[in-house]
Order: sequence, then structure tokens, then C-alpha cells
Amino acid sequence: MTSTRPSSGRQSVRPATGGPGGGYDVEQVRKDFPILARRVHDDRPLVYLDSAASSQKPVSVLDAERDYYELHNANVHRGIHVLAEEATALYEAARDKVAAFIGAPRRDEVVFTKNSSEALNLVAYAMSNAATSGPEAERFRLGPGDEVVVTEMEHHSNLVPWQMLCRRTGATLRWIGLTDDGRLDLADLDQVITGRAKVVSFVHQSNILGTVNPVEKIVSRARAVGALTVLDGSQSVPHMPIDVTALGVDFLAFTGHKMCGPTGIGILWGRHELLEVMPPFLGGGEMIELVTMEESTYAVPPHRFEAGTPMIAQAVGLGAAVDYLTDLGMDAIAAHEHDITAYALDGLSAVPGLRIIGPPDAVDRGGAVSFVLTGTDDRPLHPHDVGQLLDELGVAVRVGHHCARPVCLRFGVPATTRASFHLYSTRGEVDALVEGLGHVRRFFGT
Amino acid sequence: MNLDSMYQEIILDHYRNPHHRGLREPFDTEVHHVNPTCGDEVTLRVKVADGVVADVSYESEGCSISQASASVMTDLVIGRSVHDALELGREFLALMQSRGTVEPDEDVLEDAVAFAGVSRYPARVKCALLSWMAWKDATAQALGGIPEQEVDR
Repeated sequence: MTSTRPSSGRQSVRPATGGPGGGYDVEQVRKDFPILARRVHDDRPLVYLDSAASSQKPVSVLDAERDYYELHNANVHRGIHVLAEEATALYEAARDKVAAFIGAPRRDEVVFTKNSSEALNLVAYAMSNAATSGPEAERFRLGPGDEVVVTEMEHHSNLVPWQMLCRRTGATLRWIGLTDDGRLDLADLDQVITGRAKVVSFVHQSNILGTVNPVEKIVSRARAVGALTVLDGSQSVPHMPIDVTALGVDFLAFTGHKMCGPTGIGILWGRHELLEVMPPFLGGGEMIELVTMEESTYAVPPHRFEAGTPMIAQAVGLGAAVDYLTDLGMDAIAAHEHDITAYALDGLSAVPGLRIIGPPDAVDRGGAVSFVLTGTDDRPLHPHDVGQLLDELGVAVRVGHHCARPVCLRFGVPATTRASFHLYSTRGEVDALVEGLGHVRRFFGT
Repeated sequence: MNLDSMYQEIILDHYRNPHHRGLREPFDTEVHHVNPTCGDEVTLRVKVADGVVADVSYESEGCSISQASASVMTDLVIGRSVHDALELGREFLALMQSRGTVEPDEDVLEDAVAFAGVSRYPARVKCALLSWMAWKDATAQALGGIPEQEVDR
């Protein structure tokens, strides 16, 4: 293992018997994920290549949630009985684990949300709420003449909230376009991010193209013009070592269920000096300081942004997922996935009639590979038909526009088929995909 | 394989050689419908004359199921009275919502019986219904609304 993070000791240390270049034994790791042993349809082994949509969960995560409900369940931050104190300790311990996992300087910079979408909406709504807040929120205020910058490869969850913010405030949305090989076109970066930009929100790793974006370049331009930066890490945090200080962004959003944790829990990390003065998004219990019938004052972060009873069991499960990833080592996971991605790009490129949508090589690229396909008669095959036939072979992929319709428009395709990998994916699964695609082409060919 | 119950030869035939495809004049109304989950799209024109479906023409992009369904639908409704065509549409909708539990009547639905297998795949039902819904919408607009007794119950 090449982990640079301390092990929590929850998992036994595995022998480095070598998955290809991975540093851990992937077959051994797969035993931690009971669902990967499932058989589907005509007793075919499940080949799960849809981890970018949602990852599978190891037993330790399932156990953590079950333990929580069996032994410690109570509401958090209220009540003085044993269970309430234990539940609070477990919930807050999960925050500590997440903070350490992303290199956050302070634990109170970690805000629990429902998912990445809510985390991004939180920032966008805080910015329009700034219009009616005090002078401390000046940094977040925007209006006509101001600009919000995104990229053309955003997931809808990092596009629509900003479109909505612009509608509420009269600000203008601008975006960084794409090159033909699926990378950000940074040639006119200085013209897109100007002194009018108040916030630049962009994806770290594209869920549809697999592209890993050059954070530093964009952040340095945004900083030079005084814009806030928001990074959508939904597809990067689960797959590579992340250090928020090194990234230099102001906010980072990501979600638990793509990083081997439960659904229903996401994270907004924000620099403390910003969270401290950022107006709240949702009002309710837990986020207040003093309440009268006329008005209220708000709690300090992170609780200001966690109105209502939070997702306690899910946070505990996420904490276990962070332990699991840390034990395996994010460097080792990244190396393993890099190997699988390069192998898949090679294998897929050799399929006749297949066109990869996104970077053709594994440089600055993660394990989400989109493609379109023609049949043996050279007619384009619709991804729904491709996915349906693959499913019948036990191969689970995602088809459609992947909540990134502007990318499909940019590349002139109605939809794509996407295979995506995680720490438990194998070369054998890639082989099953490539073989399945041959079958699909013949089935629809005349 | 199982899926042959979905991808019937009739469906593949219509997919490879669609009938009545291409937008034509004259027409009363044109609609554009999309299936946002998968990006299937259809632009469809309707011409109604004396209570009869005089013509239906379309351009579409999408999966084999949505393409074949559009082709089969035009075969079934063109030349029929609007009343009978709407009745057929209800029959087809019932079949698609049956999750494989209804034995379709081939005398009524003709080639559309081939879609019975699709009803077992909830994610694909919308694909099969896309062109039918577009046709119903265009027809309703052409008639300035569909009479109460024709509306789906």
C-alpha cells in the first residue's frame, strides 16, 4: 500500500499480492462487497460498471449503520441521555473523519447535506440570500452586471442551481467551452473569467467525459479577479487523494453514495472565514442561536447550514466508508483505477464502430468512459438498445445523457453509453464489456 | 436469449425499415415530444380530414423501440377514423402498462402486439409510448381538444 493517510485499523491489512498495478488484491477486496457476487438474469455473474452513478458498499459500511440503529439510535445535539450522547459523538466523529480525509484545516468546515446537489444549491441560495443580509455577506452578493462562470461539462446539479441563481439575481451565466477531445478549452479563459465574475463553479472530474480538469489554472484566474471558487468533487473525491488546501478552492461539494457510503448524505466543505459570514440556506431547528417571534440569530458553522434532524445513520455509514477508503489507500485506489481505465480505453478503441466521447487516453482522466456505437451495418445504435442488451449479459452500464445534456449537444449525440469503474473493478469486467459490445453490434446489424 | 421477447423480429423490421417516416405536407399541427430519461425525440405532424386521420408523418431519433413504435403507430392510425384511432391508442396504452400480464389481441393491435414484451421493462415503456403520445397531442390540437368521451380514464 502507498497510503499516506493513517489507518483507522478497522480493516485487516491486505497482502499486496498485486492486482495489476493497484497495490492491493482486487479479488480479495471484492469479497468486502457482497453485492458483487450477485448473479443476474440467466445466472450470469453481475458485471457492475455503473459506479459513477452509485458505488457499491462494503460490509463495514452496512455494519456501521446497523450498529448505529441497534445500539446508539437517538437524535443528536439534544437530550442528555446516554443514547443521545453516543449518537452525537458518532455523528460528529464522522465529521472528523471526513475533514481528515479531504485535508480540511478545521472540522467545522465540513457541512453535512443530503447530496452534492444540495451542497451546490446551498452555496447558490446563500448567495441570493446575501441580498437581504448584513454587510458581512457582501462577498456573496451579486446582481445585474455580475457574472457566474461554469463549464460546458457540468452535471446538471452544477449548472441548474447557477442558472436559477442568475434568474433570481439578474446576474449573467457564462461558461468555459470544450475541445473536441473532451477537455476544457482554456484558450480564452481570461475572456470568460473577468472582473465581473463573482463565482466560478466547475467540475473536478466529469461524470460523462471522465476528464480531470486543471483546478490550479482555473482557481488562479478566478482568484486574480476576486471570484469565489466552487469545485464539484462528486466524481473525484471517491477516486483520488484530495487535499482542499492544495486545491486552493473556496468550496468543495461531494456525495457519500459514490464513495462507498450510503445514499442521503453529502458534504459541502467551505473555507472557515467564508462559512462564518455566509447567510444560511434552510432555516429550522439546530441552525439557530436565539429565536424570538420577530427574528432569529444563527448558529456558527457548520450547524448554521444543517437545519433539522440530520442524516445521522448515513453520516455514521459515511464515516465507515471513509475508514474503508483510507485503509485501502487513496493512492492505491487511484493507481488501480488508472490501470483499469487505460485497459478499458485500449479495449474499447479496438471495437469496430465505437467512438469514445471524451479524452482518448488515460492522462488526466478518470474511470468514466462514454462512447457511441454503430452496428455491423454502420447504423448508429441507440445507447438504450446497447444498455438493454448488455444488461441481459449481466453487464450493468448507464445510458442516456448522464445529467449532462449540454455535453451530448456539444458532441452531436443524443445520448451515450457509459462504463464507469471503482476500486473493485477488474480487467475481466472490461473484457466482458468489450465482448458484450461485439454481440450488440451483431444483434442489430442486418 | 430472454430479450428476444422484447426485441421481436417485427420490432427489428420496423426499426430497420420504418414506415411513413419523413415530414410531409399538408398538415394541421406539428408537435415535438421528448423522452428526457433517454433523449428520444420525435417531431410529428397530423392531418385530419372529415373525422379521419388523413396523414401522420414524423422525424424521430432514438432507440429501436421508439423508432419501431412510431412506424407501427402510423401503420395503424392512418386512414382510420379519429375515434377508432384513439380507441386503439387506449388499447396500446393498456398493453404497455400491463407489465406483461395482458395477452394482446392481434386482430386489433396488429404489429403493435410485438411490444407486449416491452411492457415488462418499465424503463422502456416510455420509449414505446413516445410517438403515440405525440400523435394524440397533435390530434387534440388539430381538433381543438379531444371530446370528453375520448379522454383516457
